[in-house]
Order: sequence, then structure tokens, then C-alpha cells
Amino acid sequence: MSADTLFRRISDYANRADPYPLYEELREKKVARQEDGSYLVGTYHEIATLLHDPRISSDRRNRTEPDDTLQGADQLPPAFISVDDPEHERLRSLVMRPFGPPHTPQRIDALHGDITRIAEELAGALRNEDSIDLVDDFAFPLPVTVICRLFGVPHDDVPQIHTWADAIVDSLDPAAGEDPAPRRNAALEARSAMGMYLGELAGKRRGHPTDDMLSALVNDESPQERLTQPELMSSMVLLLIAGHETTVNLITNGMLTLLRNPDALERLRNEPALMPGAVEELLRYEPPVQFLPQRTPLADIEVAGVTIPKGAPLILVLASGNRDPLRFPDPDRFEPAREDNQHFGFGSGIHSCFGAPLARIETQIALNTLLRHPGNPRLLEDPPPYRRSPVLRGPRHLPIAYT
Amino acid sequence: MSGNGRDGQDGKDRRDRQGVRDMRDGRIVIVGASLAGLRAAEALRDEGFSGSLTLVGEEPHPPYDRPPLSKQVLLGRVRAQDCGLPARRETDAQWMLGVRATGLDPAGKRVLLGNGDQLPYDRLLIATGTRARPWPDSGEAALDGVFTLRTSDDAGRLAERLESGPRRVLVIGAGFTGSEIASACRERGLEVTVAERGRAPLIGALGATAGAFAATLQRAHGVDLRCEVTVTALRGSGGRLTGAEFSDGSRIDADVAVVALGAVRNTEWLADSGLAAGPRGVACDAGCRAFDMYGIVTDDIFVAGDVARFPHPLFEYQMLALEHWGNAVAQAEVAAHNMVSPATLRRPHLAVPAFWSSQFGLNIKSVGVPTFSDQVVIAQGSPEERRLVAVYGYRGRVTAAVSVNMAKWLDYYRHLIETAAPFPPGPGAADGVAGSEPVPSDVPDPHVLSHGPTVALTGHLPDRRLTLLRPDS
Amino acid sequence: MRIAVDLNRCQGYAQCVFLAPGVFELHGDEALMYTPAPPADQRERVLRAAAACPVQAIVTGEPVGSEGPYVR
Repeated sequence: MSADTLFRRISDYANRADPYPLYEELREKKVARQEDGSYLVGTYHEIATLLHDPRISSDRRNRTEPDDTLQGADQLPPAFISVDDPEHERLRSLVMRPFGPPHTPQRIDALHGDITRIAEELAGALRNEDSIDLVDDFAFPLPVTVICRLFGVPHDDVPQIHTWADAIVDSLDPAAGEDPAPRRNAALEARSAMGMYLGELAGKRRGHPTDDMLSALVNDESPQERLTQPELMSSMVLLLIAGHETTVNLITNGMLTLLRNPDALERLRNEPALMPGAVEELLRYEPPVQFLPQRTPLADIEVAGVTIPKGAPLILVLASGNRDPLRFPDPDRFEPAREDNQHFGFGSGIHSCFGAPLARIETQIALNTLLRHPGNPRLLEDPPPYRRSPVLRGPRHLPIAYT
Repeated sequence: MSGNGRDGQDGKDRRDRQGVRDMRDGRIVIVGASLAGLRAAEALRDEGFSGSLTLVGEEPHPPYDRPPLSKQVLLGRVRAQDCGLPARRETDAQWMLGVRATGLDPAGKRVLLGNGDQLPYDRLLIATGTRARPWPDSGEAALDGVFTLRTSDDAGRLAERLESGPRRVLVIGAGFTGSEIASACRERGLEVTVAERGRAPLIGALGATAGAFAATLQRAHGVDLRCEVTVTALRGSGGRLTGAEFSDGSRIDADVAVVALGAVRNTEWLADSGLAAGPRGVACDAGCRAFDMYGIVTDDIFVAGDVARFPHPLFEYQMLALEHWGNAVAQAEVAAHNMVSPATLRRPHLAVPAFWSSQFGLNIKSVGVPTFSDQVVIAQGSPEERRLVAVYGYRGRVTAAVSVNMAKWLDYYRHLIETAAPFPPGPGAADGVAGSEPVPSDVPDPHVLSHGPTVALTGHLPDRRLTLLRPDS
Repeated sequence: MRIAVDLNRCQGYAQCVFLAPGVFELHGDEALMYTPAPPADQRERVLRAAAACPVQAIVTGEPVGSEGPYVR
């Protein structure tokens, strides 16, 4: 098969506002070998199979060509997102203990009132403006406030967390032709600093718990093995960043999608009970994580008649699978009441999104709050300006007027 | 008639459309008002059936869900009467509950009912399921404290008795139901003895490797597990159970005994019907149409759920009878579709068998047919971690997989089964299990005499699934 | 309201447990248990849980037969 340039074109910022025609091109090929030797897969059933295939590693150390992005140069061990079982299972289940079931099933449900109050406060402040930036004024501060509260990060430290998170996310997508070293170094520095900060915070909470997840984690009296301090630091850095960036994009993509689909917006305004299903459709239609760039086969594997060699970079384009007409009827239509919506918005398999329930609740509350806000929202710029990242894709600003 | 040319095709399409219209009307009777009957009724309406629909059920209750009965209900967290199934949609059906079907007259197209009525039909679905196999000694079975577990009423009575704090519960039979009962009892802090005729629990369904794991698990949870023994007598005093005697000469005191010796198929009412019905079920084709006693397929009598025996192409067309929740749903949907579709639009029931069990805090799931195997290998995890995937093979291809607390991987193995992938599966599991070698699966012999070509499934959508013959390599 | 979960589909993502912890629970690390007839005040949570199930395994509805009629 001849190598092509699809991945380069998907990464090209010029295509950020609408990558979907490129995904369609990808689906026609099913598996597309790129000029750099990596493989893209974009059809639903093939992605589903690979996400459940135990021969697919999430650990970049299994690549034939070593890939040192964000690895090795700082002191932190890899987080559970980038290791395989049984190590992945050990780390993830320890971090899950203070976050969710089976040990802490109530924590996310109990945040409902807090999230609603924060969303209403932010929406209330939008009242007197005739032009607002939905990102800076609402979609960004909401999840950041929530995740910092969940972790017990003091309010005054939140801006610093944000600065570190930006540097780390920024390094995920070096632009073509650019020297990636400066960004990577900035990210490594930020990751170390954030890890140190969270490690110190954890130290303060040890023995002096406050009512938050970090306190619960460091004071866990379980007989199970504990996280080491470096493992704790890298896990917390991962969650804080993931809790930061993806939900911002989900909320922003959500409002953008509703403003582009006034019928759906009106329907949801009249029937807020449809919101949980609508958020699932949003996760299909405009997923905040567009592809998983760090998989590697541990053996030669055949996908749709193509052999992907052991050790080759494998990129699963979730957002393309979500628009596969062989799986979803009328896939380019945003249908809030869509049935049988088994999307890849949070991935699938053992690495499926850790924070998914929190993102779901935040987005449902955020969009319902925005729809209840008085006045008629109108898009001032379509398409809006996007962030650089093709992976964590979303608008950088979303200018809106309420009339 | 000529099938060639454009006119022929148009004529066929026209006949198909007319056929669809005719089949969406008329009288459909479903005998059996449990999961398969209900889902078939709903699917018939989904498919556009607009005629009259009658469900006949022997129990007085509307359809209920059985899996919670041996778990949540026995744990005392859910009342048995609260396990009613949700309606997926309105069915506009007439429900005849507490009414037993006693016979079938296929020539006269009538179901005979216990109340003396006769119920005429144009098409019939048989979904009468199974009942618990009773304790063979009826006098001992009648002792207060002796239970079976199949119906909602059974579960309600047993849960009430467990709540009263018996000193020891004897579970007779260590299949899935018996093991789940033992698990619930231990979780409630009750002393439990399990008596199993085989070498280990679950061995008949999953073979010796899984059986050894299950035995270790039960003993680790404090079950007094006794294998390779049978209960020779249940003892009583004043009409109440007091204990049991075993074939090895030992005896125990127990005030509750649960007989978990498997199921009996409810086919007696069909004895004079001329259908291929017997203790092993009602035989039907892959399209759910019943066979008559000559092996000729009928066209107006369909079968679904636990009572059905049907050929499955992935398992060399052996007649499978599956007591699985998922099979009841999937087969009911195929039967419903075929009951209202002309021959050219009918679908085969090709679903890969699957079931689950939850016991002793573990989630056990199975895909394929583990008994259809000669070897097994632990492909992921390990018994020590209490998380594993065991993969079963038969003559060099994958036929089943069982996961313990590793359900997220199971889809992969279902795919291997569907595509008749080579066994053992290739190395390279990301969780780094090395050196696990296949061992004999040690299950009842699949009794396959001929070695035919391997069959694989293709396609993802129910109406596009095909079988294809794959030359043996 | 009644609930049935197709536990063949369930892979233990536990989204339902997060979203309706009074109705769904993990029994051990992976096995799902649930209340088939949840109280009315849990209805909204149950619907959120059903919508969020990544494998769409949760069936909700009114009890069968609530539409009648029954003939005995």
C-alpha cells in the first residue's frame, strides 16, 4: 500500500474546524499507512475490535522506533493511560478507590449540587454582557473549578495549575516542520512542577484529611498495596490535566453544535430530560478526544486485509468511527434522541475515560444551565477560532451574543 | 414459473410485498409468558405485526427477570415480587396468566388449555422454557426446608427462609445456580455445605481448569464443598428437614436444602402434538421453525428460548439447547421476525452463545460453547489474581472463552470465535502472560464424528450476517 | 419503573453506578447488581445511567402488564 498524507492533513491547522471530510477519506481506506510508517484506522468496527484486542499496547516503549515524547526526561513514572495490564490495572484501581465504585460510589453523584451552583453563578455573571466568550467566561472556569475542588486544590493555586496544564497540553501537537524540543522541554518542566506541587499537597493532607479525593487517596487505609509517591504524582497530574481540557471542549463543542442546530436547541430547552441522551450524541458527533495516538501492536495484526507490523505506531481515529455510516444511520446528523448510540466519545475497553461520569454530569448541567439563560444565544463567528490540537480538538474562543 | 429476467424479479418483489402484508395480520399465540415470550411479543409489534396477539403463561405473574433471583433476592436486598421485567414498548396483547397449555393440535391450529378452552392460531410461538428438576424422592422433597430455585415464588420462599437464619444450608448440585446460592448464603454469613457429584463445581459447563478454580474459590469463602459425592437421603423429623446423608457414608445436620440439579424442559404438553419435542427440548431450524416428529420443518410453529434446540453453524450444526438469558432474547427476536416475514426475508439465529454468573464477588462471563472443546489455555491474567481469560479450542480453532473479572476483553474472543480463528490464539497479550500452555479442557466429549469444513461468520448487522465456509488449513 | 440489565453486554464500565449509586452497585470489582424496581425519586438518575451506558445494556420501562388487560 502506498503511504499517504492523511495524518499530516488532519494535523494541519487549516483543517481544524472541519476534519470530517478527511475522516470520510480515511474510512474509505479503512487502514491508511502514513509516510512516517504509522497506521491510521477510522472505521467503527475495526476500531472497536482493536480497542478490545489484548495484542495492542498503550505503552510507547513497545514501539520499534523509540518515541521519547514526555517520557524519561522527568522524574515521574508513566501514568496508567500509557502502560498495559497488569500495571495499568494496579494503578487505575488504586486511583479509582477514592473516586468511584466499588469503594466510593457516591462521590460524583454528590457533586451534583456544587456543579449546578457553580454553573449558575457563571451563567448569572453572563447576564449583562451582549457579547461573551463562552470558553473564557463559562466552559473553561466550570470544569477547572470542579476538578480543583474535587482534588482539594486551594483556590489561590488554581491559576498556576492552569498554566502548567496549558504547557503540557501544548506539547501534544508539535506543528509540522517545527522543532518539537522547546515545547517538549516546557511540558516536561511543567509536568515535574505540577507533580511536585501535588505531591506536596498530598503530604499536607496525609494525616490531616479534608473532604476531597486527594485526602481520601493518601489516607486510604486499605490492605491493598499503595501508590508510591511518584506514582501518586503522575496519576494526579494525568487526572488534573484530563479533567481540565476535555470537558472544556465538550461543553464548548456542545453549545456550538446546538447553536448550529436550532431545532435541537429548542427541543432541549423544552425537554431538559433529553439532555443525558443529547450529551451522548454530542460525544459521538464532536468528541473532545478525536483520536488515540499512542497504541502499538505487539504482534503483526491484520486489520481489514492490511497487516500492521509489530511495533508500528497505530492511531485509532475515534471521531471517524463515530461518523461511520456502517454503524450509525445518517452519521453526519446531530440527533439528540439517537438510539443505540455506542459511541467512542470516551474510548472503549480497559483504557476508557476515567473521568467520564464527571464529564457527563458537568456537560449536562452546563448545557441545561446555558439553555435556561434568558435571551436567545447567537453565534458571532462560525467557524470559531480553534485550539491548535487536532487530538483534544475544540474552539479556543466561542463568541456569542444573547439577544 | 420463470425466475429469469426483469419481469421475474419484479413479480417476485411484488409477491414478497404481498406476503409481508399477509403475514403482518392474523392471530399469533405465544405459549410461555416469560422473557422469550415477552421479547417476542414486543419484537412482533416492532416488526409491524398488527393482528391479534395472545400470551399464555402458567404462572400468575407478569413476566419477571430471573437472574436477580439467585443474587439480589437471596441476599435480601430485593424482594422477589419486585423483579418484574420492564416493557420495551406496548404490545397490545391479551395475557392469559395462570393458565396452563395442555396440548397442541397442529392440524386444527389450536392450543388446548388447562381450563378447557381452545385457542386458535395462525402462527404459534412455543416459549415454555424449563422448570427446576425436582428432588427424586417426593416424600423427602415435601419436607419443610427443602427448596428448588426457578420461579419468583421459589426465590421469595427461599429468601424468607434464609432471612430467618438457618444453622446450615445444604446446596445439592454445584452448577451455576447452586454456586450462586452458596455464594449468597456465605455472604449472609450462613454455614453452607455444597454437594456435587462431579469432581468440581461448574465442571460440566466449563471443564476441569475452571472447575479447579471454582473449587478453590468456594473453599476460600468458607463453603464446605464436597465433590464426587451424592446425597443419598434427606432426613426429617416431624415433617421438617434435619439433615442429609451422603454416598461416602458421611452425614450433616441442615435445616435448609436447596435442590439445584438443573432444569427440565417443559415439553410434556406437546407429547401428542406430532412435533419433535422431548426431554431435550423442541427441535427447530436456525430460523426457529419447529420440526415435526419426522424431521420435517413446519412453517407456522416457531420455538424460542430455553425450550428450543437449534443447529448452530459455528458448532458444526450441532443442535444446541441453551438456558441463557441472552439466547432467549436473541432467539425470540429472530423468531418474531421470521413469523412475519416471507421465506426470502427470513433470518438465521446466529448469535454466539453468551452467559454470565456472579458469585463470591467475581464476575464470570462466557462466550461461545465451552463444552465444545478439547483444549483450554489461560490467555490473560491468572487464577492467583482472580482475574483471567480462559480460551477454549476444538480441533485447532477457538470455540469459547470465559472471563473472570476481565469482561472488557471478551469481545475480542467473541470475534475469534466468529471468525473460527486458530487455537491457541497467538502470543502477544499486552498483559504479558508468558508460558501458558494449552491443556485438555476436560469437558464432556462433543461427540463429533465427522470433520466437516470450518464455518465462520461475517458481517456486523443482523440482517447482513452470513456464514462462509473456510477451508481447513 | 422497572430495570433489566443485559449483563452479557455489560463490561463493567460502572457508569450507572456513578450516576445512580442508590440503584446500581458493583459487587466486587466488576459484577453489577441493581434494584429492578427503583423508588420513584431515583427515576431521573436511572434514566441518566441508562443513557450513559457505553454498551447500552440497561432496559428501562414500566412493568409489563401495567397496560392490561389480563385474562385468567
